Amino acid sequence: MKKGILLITLIISLLFASYLFAGGGYNEHVVSAPVNLQDKVALQRGARLFVNYCYGCHSLKYLRYERLVEDLRLTGEIVRNNLMFTEGKLGDQMRVAMPIESAKQWFGTPVPDLTLEAKLRGSDWLYSYLIGFYVDPKRPWGYNNRVFPDVGMPHVLEGLEKDLGEEAFRVAMGDLTNFLTYAADPVRLKRERIGTYVLVFLVIFMIPVYFLNKEYWKNIN
Amino acid sequence: MQWWNSIMSWVDDRFPATRMFEDHLSKYYAPKNFNIWYFFGSLSLLVLVNQLVTGIWLTMAYNPSAEGAFDSIEYIMRDVDYGWLIRYLHSTGASAFFLVVYLHMFRGLLYGSYRKPRELVWTLGMFIYFALMIEAFFGYLLPWGQMSYWGAQVIVSLLGALPWIGEDLMLWVRGDYLISGVTLNRFFSLHVVAVPLVLVALVVMHLLALHEVGSNNPDGIDIKSKTDDKGVPLDGVPFHPYYSVHDLVGVVVFLFVFCVIVFFFPDGGGYFLEKPNYEPANPLKTPDHIAPVWYFTPFYSMLRAVPDKLGGVITMAAAIAILFALPWLDKSPVRSIRYKGLLSKLALAVLVVSFVILGYLGTVAPTDIKNLIARICTALYFLYFLLMPFYTRIERAKPVPERVRVSH
Repeated sequence: MKKGILLITLIISLLFASYLFAGGGYNEHVVSAPVNLQDKVALQRGARLFVNYCYGCHSLKYLRYERLVEDLRLTGEIVRNNLMFTEGKLGDQMRVAMPIESAKQWFGTPVPDLTLEAKLRGSDWLYSYLIGFYVDPKRPWGYNNRVFPDVGMPHVLEGLEKDLGEEAFRVAMGDLTNFLTYAADPVRLKRERIGTYVLVFLVIFMIPVYFLNKEYWKNIN
Repeated sequence: MQWWNSIMSWVDDRFPATRMFEDHLSKYYAPKNFNIWYFFGSLSLLVLVNQLVTGIWLTMAYNPSAEGAFDSIEYIMRDVDYGWLIRYLHSTGASAFFLVVYLHMFRGLLYGSYRKPRELVWTLGMFIYFALMIEAFFGYLLPWGQMSYWGAQVIVSLLGALPWIGEDLMLWVRGDYLISGVTLNRFFSLHVVAVPLVLVALVVMHLLALHEVGSNNPDGIDIKSKTDDKGVPLDGVPFHPYYSVHDLVGVVVFLFVFCVIVFFFPDGGGYFLEKPNYEPANPLKTPDHIAPVWYFTPFYSMLRAVPDKLGGVITMAAAIAILFALPWLDKSPVRSIRYKGLLSKLALAVLVVSFVILGYLGTVAPTDIKNLIARICTALYFLYFLLMPFYTRIERAKPVPERVRVSH
């Protein structure tokens, strides 16, 4: 039994050790993002920022509006009036009207869908990217980015950054990152809640299983 | 219970239900000294069932086309009720399958479970391992992410290294000049029908072969040589109920670890579900760094360690092929590592360490020093097998006890 616990500990620690080596491209400018999926108000603010600043070009084509109603504690009315620009249904996915070909002409690259961006690049990268724009006259839009050098996207949040000031802008970008983290994995909170019940069940189930085994084996040898 | 007995006697007259139950469970005598390593056989079976069942449900919502595959995965993850659970069980199950199979194989090495008369148990097991690799390779393309696509591209292009037939063979496997929807469709078919059929058949044969000769044990002694007057081995216990209740403990512990990953770390830190796979396959954009999933990385390292492409392919194939020959390479008078000499213990330790190092190196971009280490580890991997006939013969084995030792 002792050996068993040792082996399992070893396997788990190996899995976690591997966590350190994994991940996307390393960049010295990547800082940790303030992600908290429990904070529904922050998520709501993030959703509003996304719709106002990003949604003109970037879609969230795997996310449906009605999901926001359920997960962000909003009403259908609020979503319809504030987050939807079209006469669609709440069950629609968050797609944009901008044709891919136009995007290619305007920015030199198709504008990516952002539903899975937080999974693809990581929340930390996303946050660092959003706060990573700096003035660079050599670039066509006058801005460059610390974590994504020579990025095709203009600094669309320039006005917001000037209005809010550095500190409040970072908080806002944290909210936006939080929202995109949610969008990439909307089921996460539910998954972790169910997971907890499953693990508790397994621990309780272990008790009869352990004693059943002990009872059968007590007379062997 | 009267009604049950009459039903069973009716069935038994027409189908050997009771006899099969007795032969494989209630009167199959397994050594009573199994330790922790003996959990991984039944756990492999559990994971196989998990893969089959979740696979059936995934197939119901998956769309095997270049246009629809990626979107249908997100459809499963978001719109299908509990689709995320089914998919995470399947994706985590793939990694878990290799983990338990590697540990199960290591048990075989540890206690000489491949030695006479269990050569075919081992060989059939190796065919299962090989089929599993093929199955995992086909399945990995299906999400149609960047790494799926380019991983398949790299592996299929290995066939191109074969002289004369290489180019044509590659074209035949892909059904196109590059990995395309045609390739995806045939890989889907092979992944959900052909290979699972082969796998299940091989597993049945593996178990039949095992039950024909009986299980080995940590002492590597033949328990059938000491029996009571009814022919029941003195050191054996009926598999059912003794090992069914015993394995249940292992199952619960395994499920705990498995569920921690499924519910809390389904990406496995980028090792079970790789980050580039959250971007749809793009034939025009090669990722900076192409790495296979962790269970293939030791062999991928061997492939890269050899400068010549054909040489690398041959090395990789040989690394798998040599495992089949194992039962005939071990010349030790004893089976178990417990009674083998220092050389065998040292050799096995070196094998494990070099295999793990190769596995790590396969996940990272190569450098000169890493290539050198990969070459040394590849050589050590092969030396474990090639030198086995010598070191198992010259070392001094310890005396083997008459009866099994039990430590509880």
